[in-house]
Amino acid sequence: MAETTQIDTSEKARIGAPADQEKVAIDGFTEEGENLSPFNAGSEQHGLKKHSHGDAPVIPEASRGERLKSYKLADFAPLTGREEDWRFTPLKRLRGLHDQPLTGTGPEVRVSGASNIRVETVDRTDARVGTASIPEDRVAAAAWEAFTEATVVTIPAETEADCEVTIAITGTDETPAAQHLIIHAEKFSKAVVVLDHQGKTTLAQNVEMIIDDGAQLTVVSVQEWDDDAVHASSQQARIGRDARFKHVVVSLGGDLVRLTPSSRFTAPGSEVEMYGLYFADAGQHLEQRLLVDHAVPNCKSRVTYKGALQGQDAHTVWVGDVLIRKEAEGTDTYETNRNLLLTDGTRSDSVPNLEIETGLIEGAGHASATGRFDDEHLFYLMARGIDEKTARRLVVRGFLNEVIQQIKVPVLEERLTEAVERELAAGNL
Amino acid sequence: MSTLEIKDLFVSIETDQGTKQILKGVSLTINTGETHAIMGPNGSGKSTLASTIAGHPRYTVDSGSITLDGEDVLAMSVDRRARAGLFLAMQYPVEVPGVTMTNFLRTAKTALDGTAPSLRHWTKDVKEAMTQLRIDADFAQRNVNEGFSGGEKKRVEILQLELFKPRFAILDETDSGLDVDALKVVAEGVNREHSKGNMGTMLITHYTRILRYIKPDFVHVFIDGRIAEEGGSELADRLEDEGYDRFAVQDQTTAGA
Repeated sequence: MAETTQIDTSEKARIGAPADQEKVAIDGFTEEGENLSPFNAGSEQHGLKKHSHGDAPVIPEASRGERLKSYKLADFAPLTGREEDWRFTPLKRLRGLHDQPLTGTGPEVRVSGASNIRVETVDRTDARVGTASIPEDRVAAAAWEAFTEATVVTIPAETEADCEVTIAITGTDETPAAQHLIIHAEKFSKAVVVLDHQGKTTLAQNVEMIIDDGAQLTVVSVQEWDDDAVHASSQQARIGRDARFKHVVVSLGGDLVRLTPSSRFTAPGSEVEMYGLYFADAGQHLEQRLLVDHAVPNCKSRVTYKGALQGQDAHTVWVGDVLIRKEAEGTDTYETNRNLLLTDGTRSDSVPNLEIETGLIEGAGHASATGRFDDEHLFYLMARGIDEKTARRLVVRGFLNEVIQQIKVPVLEERLTEAVERELAAGNL
Repeated sequence: MSTLEIKDLFVSIETDQGTKQILKGVSLTINTGETHAIMGPNGSGKSTLASTIAGHPRYTVDSGSITLDGEDVLAMSVDRRARAGLFLAMQYPVEVPGVTMTNFLRTAKTALDGTAPSLRHWTKDVKEAMTQLRIDADFAQRNVNEGFSGGEKKRVEILQLELFKPRFAILDETDSGLDVDALKVVAEGVNREHSKGNMGTMLITHYTRILRYIKPDFVHVFIDGRIAEEGGSELADRLEDEGYDRFAVQDQTTAGA
């Protein structure tokens, strides 16, 4: 089952112009004035549309759980763009990640922050390589075959990292390259790890996250690449018993950024929160496809992704697959994606997929809404003296803040808030 | 003293069936300190007048003028009208997701005054006004109008009226949907602000009920986009007894002639 949202962004008059210059219409208004708020009337909110069926001819797998997994590139057929999991990605702009050898040296990796953790560089024969992840697509498999050494960050058992761990990933050239990172939270450890991506790059990356029993790990992946960067990243987590895992994606910079985060429960009693914030400008393609695999009983997952789009051909994709397997009784899951289209010419695809193989669950739900910046919001704020630009910023800031405040690293929250402000300023909003 | 002057105003909207004339020559002058009640049946153009003054883009002014102390209001953008001192308490206030009341009130106050209010005084003012309007303190942390009941939304509109201190307040059916207690609270809020003597009030209402709590100096009856009758507060009493029926009869007679 695949559904997509395609939003018509036809030209609409802006509030703020003198009333006699152009004739405009706003939904929800009758000749007597404002109509009942659509919320109260029980109909759809202006500008919000439910996801509609896409038009691409795609043959889906019988189950998301049956998708091909392999460490071998040769097992994956060359991409045509018609594959279910690549149908939104402009392959031409992958700059060879899917069909060229990944020979570059890749971005430099520098780990800083906490003093009571271990950082190692290991070769591909290390026992930990492959413990959390198996590639699920051709680019991830290509990266798997191509990497020569991996950076392993370990939070030792029963240790709380004395401050956040920053893994600075800084690119300087555009030769297609592979990279492998492993973050291992041992039993009852606790840490916040920030992947801070900056610079130029053409990168296929695998990030393995191992969360042992009772561990609490937050991983924040920030994509603040240069404008022309290309980044495909598979970030897979294997979650042990009674563990807490929080994953936050923040994608702001880069020409094409495609993240595929996944959380796999392997023992009961664990909780996962996955958050995402993306802000696409003109021409940018920001894609996130996630999977939460409830394979065991009594686990809980919450997914919240929010995106803002502005400028011609800004494109975002969110696909949220949640799989509740037969064994996963007592599962409690909810996923939501909201997108805010700030200008004409943008496109946001949003596809929640929920697959449920047992009825004995606590709860399972999903929500997806994509809407234009609402003219009625704007009128309300402007009628209180707030100029159009400030009004728009107020709403976008509020919209995205929900995700930023989940990071809980004040310095980073501040930096990202500033980055969002810069995006808003760049869009003349 | 300020004057809000509406002169021979013709307003239309675009509908699926084409252009529809709503206001057909409305003239009205409001001075500081005065309370004008605009009454009339549904569809007579009361709310159109309110939205047109505030600058809602749905409405096209075909002719006529609105001036505030001689300044052309129709040439101003929506936010400039508010900064010039016009305030519309909306009939159906919208929910603004992601923006807290605190943040919204402060941003608006800063925009209206041109400078940020002193934090200490402002917090005190907001708290006081909220208490007087019996709005729970936790509303300050909630998003604008999000999940508020109809009555709560109306009280929050009057909260803004009291905090923003406009030169002219236009209350668009603020009384509809309120129970008697809420109606009293809202009316008290309007009277409090009005009694300071710096504000003119245009009170749009379908019912005479609110006029028991807010005494109008003038009553204007809207029928089919025109003012059909004007008078003092005694006109409201008459409407309470007789309703709008006699205007409907007149209207039909005119139409038939």
